[in-house]
Amino acid sequence: MRPLIRRLISLAVSLLVASAVIFAVVDLVPGDPASFVLGTGARPDTVAALREQMGLDLPWPVRYARWLGGVVTGDLGTSLAYKTPVADMIADRVLVSLPLALMALVLAVAVAFPAGMYAASRRGRAGDVAVMGGTQLGIALPNFWFAMLLVLVFAVRLRWLPAGGFPGWGHPLAALKALMLPAIALALPQAAILARVLRSALIETLEQDYIRSARAKGLSRGQALRRHALRNALIPVLTILGMQFSFLLAGAIIIENVFYLPGLGRLIFQAISQRDLVVVQSAVLVLVAAVILVTFLVDLAYAAVDPRLRGR
Amino acid sequence: MIGVNGLSVRLGGRAVLADVDLSLRPGTITGLVGESGSGKSMTALAIIGLLPDGAKASGAVMLDGRNLLDLPEPALNDLRGRRIGMIFQEPMTALNPLMTIGDQVAEVLVRHRGLDRAQAAARARDRLDRVGLPLPRFPLGLYPHQLSGGQRQRVAIAMAIALAPDLLIADEPTTALDVTTQAQILDLLRGLVRDEGMALLLITHDLAVVAGIADRVAVMQAGRIVDEGPTEALFRARTHPYTRALFAAAAHQPDRVQAAAGAAPILRVTGAVRDYTLPRRAPFAPHPVLRAVDGVSLTVADGEAVGLVGESGCGKSTLTRAILGLDRLQAGRIELDGEPISDRMPARLRARVQVVFQDPHGSFDRRWRVDRLVAEPFHLTGRPHDWRDRVADALDQVGLSPDAMARHIHEFSGGQRQRIAIARALIIRPRLIVLDEAVSALDVQVRAQVLDLLARLRASHGLAWLFISHDLSVVRAIADRVLVMDRGRIVEDGTTAQVLSDPRHPTTRRLVAATPVIPPDWVA
Repeated sequence: MRPLIRRLISLAVSLLVASAVIFAVVDLVPGDPASFVLGTGARPDTVAALREQMGLDLPWPVRYARWLGGVVTGDLGTSLAYKTPVADMIADRVLVSLPLALMALVLAVAVAFPAGMYAASRRGRAGDVAVMGGTQLGIALPNFWFAMLLVLVFAVRLRWLPAGGFPGWGHPLAALKALMLPAIALALPQAAILARVLRSALIETLEQDYIRSARAKGLSRGQALRRHALRNALIPVLTILGMQFSFLLAGAIIIENVFYLPGLGRLIFQAISQRDLVVVQSAVLVLVAAVILVTFLVDLAYAAVDPRLRGR
Repeated sequence: MIGVNGLSVRLGGRAVLADVDLSLRPGTITGLVGESGSGKSMTALAIIGLLPDGAKASGAVMLDGRNLLDLPEPALNDLRGRRIGMIFQEPMTALNPLMTIGDQVAEVLVRHRGLDRAQAAARARDRLDRVGLPLPRFPLGLYPHQLSGGQRQRVAIAMAIALAPDLLIADEPTTALDVTTQAQILDLLRGLVRDEGMALLLITHDLAVVAGIADRVAVMQAGRIVDEGPTEALFRARTHPYTRALFAAAAHQPDRVQAAAGAAPILRVTGAVRDYTLPRRAPFAPHPVLRAVDGVSLTVADGEAVGLVGESGCGKSTLTRAILGLDRLQAGRIELDGEPISDRMPARLRARVQVVFQDPHGSFDRRWRVDRLVAEPFHLTGRPHDWRDRVADALDQVGLSPDAMARHIHEFSGGQRQRIAIARALIIRPRLIVLDEAVSALDVQVRAQVLDLLARLRASHGLAWLFISHDLSVVRAIADRVLVMDRGRIVEDGTTAQVLSDPRHPTTRRLVAATPVIPPDWVA
């Protein structure tokens, strides 16, 4: 139990440090939000008045404390560009990006595990070469191009799935359908990377002495691979999975654009171009927090997989 | 009974086994000896049907009137672990690190008997008790990393004998263990053969081990069995020239070199203490401390050869690291030529002590060529312009030709690699060379050559050696003086002859008693 408490403390500290760094960076970015809101022709005293109203005239420790206090209570301020609460905007977007990232990840795992295991068990033979060739292609294909191909086939030609847009979770089935093609497009390169990592980790594990011991006990090649090699090969795979999830959460911006999805990536992109620093600050914090949380979960997963890492 | 008749194996177009015959009878221990590469392990793998991919076997391995070489894979899977069990050399890596020892033993029972979890666990408990891992110290839920090497080897044995197989194959089962643990494991194997009536095929390069345990011996050379018979008769007769050569190598004694009397100490360790802090047992509790080296004092004179022996975990590796200046001491001091050694000592001081480790494979970067590997210590002294000549010279001194310089380490055998490691240690002319189990992994014949080389270099270079080993026979062959270490302390210190013939401390007595020897009247 104690290592868990230590990890939780380090999780909290990481989040605090991250919030300070984000605050400092956004604060240092040239460009005054007040003059941006009022336009270039605004009179200096109007700008000063707005600065006071926005709290920008206060010393930075006070502003940081206020922002942090708001974050903790769920009040992230008001968007400069849209005049709506930032917390609501981010929540709306997370409800699209999070399920999308999860769907893509589940798809990637569902494809990568059988492919990687199959390739590793047929190392150097035709099946291995074919799977590895396929993963090369998966990594090399630009995913926006693949996304458009999916749209052409499944939306335009077959009319099975919508070509873009998001109806909201008020229509669960339609919402899932809308996320299907983007999830496939996102999952393809991730599945390819994951399959390659799993294959090479498995091949390394299959050469270990304990696999020979398992075979000497009477396990077939396949049983030795599934019961002994797979779990030992999971550590590098978990590392990659954690990184992929973080990327999928915010890095899906191109795919979000192809499918007109109101996701987090697009929100941040728009906020930056509109110099809506209140939104940028909070949205980036949410992403960083997600990454730190995923890293924390991956750490817990390491310990679950490997007894040698418990109690450290 | 398992009969091997005319077994031949080809691998990559090369014959690795030719016409091997063996009869493995119930209740009988057969020793299979020979140098590395002679085909001992390949014979074992052929019997259990786990030859490497691409190997082609012919001849017959007969069990119950069936030739195992003709059986399809599923039938072989069904025999392995049930009729034939096998244990391997490296207990540290032979168990799945993510699975409890109970599950690993139970897996055999589930696989072959279809027992349910509770039945399999009960039977696994019984088998672990049989190999000397009883409750409460060894519950089924332990993981391999919580056990020592000897204990892990016991788990591997429990897995192999869980279903009382007709044949147990043990491939160098004690080579990686210290002598006292080796003696216990050999005892266990002997008892299992006696109680369960299985046949044991014991593969080893150590003739003394075979002398103490085997009923029959087969001697292998270049893929063939060249000599075979009851142990004592074969050892006494030594009719085959290769058998004679093996015995000569095992008994080989390099020429003695006399250390100059009253030479000044080159290494002086005074009251060395090294603690390791362990994880806390409760939040905010103080860290428990493991004192690995506990007030050790010793000296090595200029040109002297000193052996430091002890069981695994006695603190000799920790002491070695401190002497090499890799770890800091908590108390005491270590001086080389009167200057203090520490983890931040200057390069010119570091250049006076070099080390050769046990594993000639792991201590080299396999991407580097030999010239770069051997020249590496020059970073301590500055690389002279004639460094290539110096590398060629160092290789020459260890008996390798200069064209070795352009090759990579994987092109060399274990003995050659250890020579290269010695050349690397020699190249900057150190005053002291530390050899940490440097010949433990070598065959008797290669070991004899390396020991000769060390004796010769000592005479020509005036080097001092510090041998760290658990193997008394190596120390006996080469050291002037022996230090015995136990639980972080030096418990005995004297001349080699005195310590080994008249051991005073219980630890020394235990080590001497556990060291296998060929009965002197067999080879008289």
